[in-house]
Amino acid sequence: MMRIKIFLGEAMEYHLKTPIQEEAVRRLRAGDIAYLSGTLITARDEAHKKALELHSRGEMPPVNFRGNGVFHCGPIVKRVDGNWKVVAAGPTTSSRMEIFEDRFIEAFRPSVIIGKGGMGERTVRACSEYACVYGAFTGGAALLGAQGIRRVKEVHWLEELGMPECLWVFEVEDFGPLIITIDTHGRNLTKEAMDRVAARKEAIISSLGG
Amino acid sequence: MGGLEKILEDTAVELLRRAASELRREYVEAIYKAMEKCEGSIGRSQLDAIIRNIELARKSSEPICQDTGIIGFIIRIGEDFPVRAGLRDILVRATRRATEEIPLRPNAVDLFKGNTGDNVGLGVPIIDLELVGGDELELTAFPKGGGSSNVAAHSMITPGLGLRGVKRFVVESVARAGSLGCPPYFIGVGIGGTEDRCMLLAKKALLKPFQIRNPDPNIAALEEELLRRVNELGIGVMGLGEGPTALDLHIEAAARHPATMPVGVVMSCWALRHATAKVTREGRVRHL
Repeated sequence: MMRIKIFLGEAMEYHLKTPIQEEAVRRLRAGDIAYLSGTLITARDEAHKKALELHSRGEMPPVNFRGNGVFHCGPIVKRVDGNWKVVAAGPTTSSRMEIFEDRFIEAFRPSVIIGKGGMGERTVRACSEYACVYGAFTGGAALLGAQGIRRVKEVHWLEELGMPECLWVFEVEDFGPLIITIDTHGRNLTKEAMDRVAARKEAIISSLGG
Repeated sequence: MGGLEKILEDTAVELLRRAASELRREYVEAIYKAMEKCEGSIGRSQLDAIIRNIELARKSSEPICQDTGIIGFIIRIGEDFPVRAGLRDILVRATRRATEEIPLRPNAVDLFKGNTGDNVGLGVPIIDLELVGGDELELTAFPKGGGSSNVAAHSMITPGLGLRGVKRFVVESVARAGSLGCPPYFIGVGIGGTEDRCMLLAKKALLKPFQIRNPDPNIAALEEELLRRVNELGIGVMGLGEGPTALDLHIEAAARHPATMPVGVVMSCWALRHATAKVTREGRVRHL
């Protein structure tokens, strides 16, 4: 579901609410800005690995990712009066999850992956095929991230994987701003920027003196 | 436990809190300046988020980033400072307390048993000790986040390639880091020494005073050239191609073996977090 659209030059601003329908996901274009409300579930290296291992045995993880957001994040969370309080929750480097993400998207069908630093070609292909986007959230902006989190709905695998690696299920409100860098149409803004860096690097190296 | 030991422990906890939540003023000013100069809307949106986040952290004394790093301390101990024994125990206690009190994210992972839960593990906190003159102890808390640690680079360059080889390796290393380590970066380069020492030199170069060039004019010129060159790469804030790539670059050098040219490149994300205090033998604490 989409509540508001604001025209920002060529880019659009979207306020997305989970579960996000495929049509809404496919409407997003690289360069758009989005805010997410609803369910956002943290998963890093270990959670991706464990969820896919369960899936390969015909089992499912304890949370439903379908239509929801996946957050590459290992938050700081503390117990206050018996409740979980999210102290800091910014994104971690998404490229570490590149080895899992296409299978993860295929198996669990999330609608948006949130992280930082961008992802690779395997993820781009899975996003296009299964209707998912990648939203870049500013690395290090952990308190801004925490402000968008209303509460911790559930936590799974905390004992086994520890605070950074377990599954935290957040209820979020206007979590963002997220820059859509991978859309369902094959674009990858980070890759495009890094291709330009690679070209400049060659020019710089050939002009270096001794 | 004596009074001075308790003062050292409390100081270490306070340094970890300051490092995690208060970015140094000169770094914050540089980020504001980058915002003024940045024209692209994507770069501006990222810098705006960074600035808002810095302000939130300063007001709440909470960690700037959820990755509060692997805990490291650098101790410069004066020859006549009275506490010698038990320094590691003091810093281990401080690390556990800071993890609970600030709080910090538990980031010490045992190779076989998983996360230790309290930021203390085999060899962690990481402690570097230097013996210096005088009767004071200077303590620096220098937690290092995983994202920017993953983009560190090391090379034993063929000495015949000379300084051009060094420059090439630095430019290539920053290009390879790309979007991954939360740019704009602070870059530390260590040249010379040995295969291990160049990495430590690179890491310690990150702590040098912001935008103050090396007193050696040859090294200063190399710092300026490399800082300009890496910014020409145009990685930009968060690797989205807009705004600065690096805010500063420092070089620490040492003599080298004639057959080797060790080079280390250590990068920090925009949130270069460290805090230092001096403790006198009477237990007076001065935060620097």
